[in-house]
Amino acid sequence: MASANSDQRQYLPATVAQSVKILVVGAFGVGKTTLIGSVSEIAPLRTEETMTSASVGVDSLAGLDEKATTTVAMDFGRITVSPEVVLYLFGTPGQRRFWDLWEGLAEGAVGALVLVDTRRVEDSFEVFDQLETRTGMPFAVALNDFPGAPNYSTDQLREALDLLPDTPIIHCDARNKESSAQALISLVEHALHYPAKALT
Amino acid sequence: MEYNDHPVRPYVLTSGRAHPSRNTIRPETLLVVDPDAPPPVTPTRQQRALLEMCGGMLSLAEAAAYLRLPVSLVVVIASDLVDTGHLQIRSAPRHSPPSTELLEKVLDGLRKL
Repeated sequence: MASANSDQRQYLPATVAQSVKILVVGAFGVGKTTLIGSVSEIAPLRTEETMTSASVGVDSLAGLDEKATTTVAMDFGRITVSPEVVLYLFGTPGQRRFWDLWEGLAEGAVGALVLVDTRRVEDSFEVFDQLETRTGMPFAVALNDFPGAPNYSTDQLREALDLLPDTPIIHCDARNKESSAQALISLVEHALHYPAKALT
Repeated sequence: MEYNDHPVRPYVLTSGRAHPSRNTIRPETLLVVDPDAPPPVTPTRQQRALLEMCGGMLSLAEAAAYLRLPVSLVVVIASDLVDTGHLQIRSAPRHSPPSTELLEKVLDGLRKL
């Protein structure tokens, strides 16, 4: 899954005056970049930040060199959804240290689409915990159907992931444009009716 | 990961400013060069590269990715150029969730994919 950072810049039309973002969140290898690439109008781009061991916090290992750095990558894509509006899709691992590093990434977002591999449901627990306690943003869950994945019912997964009754859970093939778009649509529909909207 | 090998630390490149004067620039913020502004008299290499990159409209994240620089660094460079009038912010900064009207536009666009 190579990211095309060779300079193939495609400028936005001058009519665009608003940008919005959706975070595509999930554990490593769950298909975030695949989903972004299937719907993005540009080849997914990658940007990287380095952090020192001091900011790694709970993940720091005793004996590690004090100056050790970790690179955290973020892949993203873009969809010009109307002549005036562009939507960015930012792929983020979603663990605690990531939110610490990318301050402001969650601010003003439509919401998060959480990709889950049903073979490794437990990998998602920290992601959900961070979304709920830290961002408070609406989210929907997309089950990326890998071959050989156990065929849990959405009710079983809702219980296993301790999700609210109104949190959308959809099956998704991240390689498929229509399927990925449908997952994003479910999230935006959910965001339109999200309780917090009543307060704004 | 080219910037990892950069011999100069980010705080040197940004003249020691860790916190941009504008706290409104986000990865999705849209930037474009002000065509009417004269070019800076003594731009740094990074400033010149960013201005060249933003000859058309791009988000800050795209500019950072193409320049192979961390978003956090490009935010600082961009905010300086915004303050001096060389770079324009084309999208209003958003601190609250998008409005219902904006969400409907996004929904319409996604349904057309």
